[in-house]
Amino acid sequence: MPYQELMVRPMREELTQLGVKELKTLAEVDAVLANPTGTQLVFVNSVCGCAAGGARPALALALGSAPVKPEQLYTVFAGQDLEATARARSYFADYEPSSPSIALLKDGEVVHFVHRHMIEGRHPQQLAADLVAAFQKHCGEAMSRPSSTVS
Amino acid sequence: MTGFVFHPGHHELHGVTVVLETITGVTYVARFDTQDEAGVHLLNVAQHDPATAAMSLDDFLTRTLRFGVKAERKHLVVPAAEVAGIRKLVEEP
Repeated sequence: MPYQELMVRPMREELTQLGVKELKTLAEVDAVLANPTGTQLVFVNSVCGCAAGGARPALALALGSAPVKPEQLYTVFAGQDLEATARARSYFADYEPSSPSIALLKDGEVVHFVHRHMIEGRHPQQLAADLVAAFQKHCGEAMSRPSSTVS
Repeated sequence: MTGFVFHPGHHELHGVTVVLETITGVTYVARFDTQDEAGVHLLNVAQHDPATAAMSLDDFLTRTLRFGVKAERKHLVVPAAEVAGIRKLVEEP
């Protein structure tokens, strides 16, 4: 059962303030993932402590320090926006659902995936370093400013 | 309790994905919830039974690390007497 929106709003805003675009409907998910081009990061948000203490701060650190970044940044909220989350997961269906988790796609193919079990108990700095390395490996000369920050 | 306890007041493995080996040979990968007189409580449980599995335990764990925990059960209690060992799926470097 979803939590009250008032409780989770700060968890959403922690990402949207970074320029990560929320996908809350099937149509929104399909609009960006059905015909993908370039590099896309999909952050599966969660109310759990792994998201609060690890994954969200790690993404903030990574985006703040990485020389190259995914061109598009998206998030769905597991347990809250159920249909949108299920639809987003269908685009990386080879990977078992977990939350929080982070998928990095390049032209629609998953090139890097961070499961919850890779997040548990690790410090944001460690996770951010892994993300930055993945960005450098897969995002190449991609534009350094995510396009989703432009409204 | 020692180490990094993610949720204060809980077992230090609470919420952590673990590999639980049993004396029967069956291995579980799941989130550790708690431990009490009934045994070890696991959530979102994947199982490797060498008697029926299509792949070796090593391959099962390698696949799980890469593609995630394929949960077959929401909750499982493993009696303490059957537990041969518990470790984190991802050990700290």
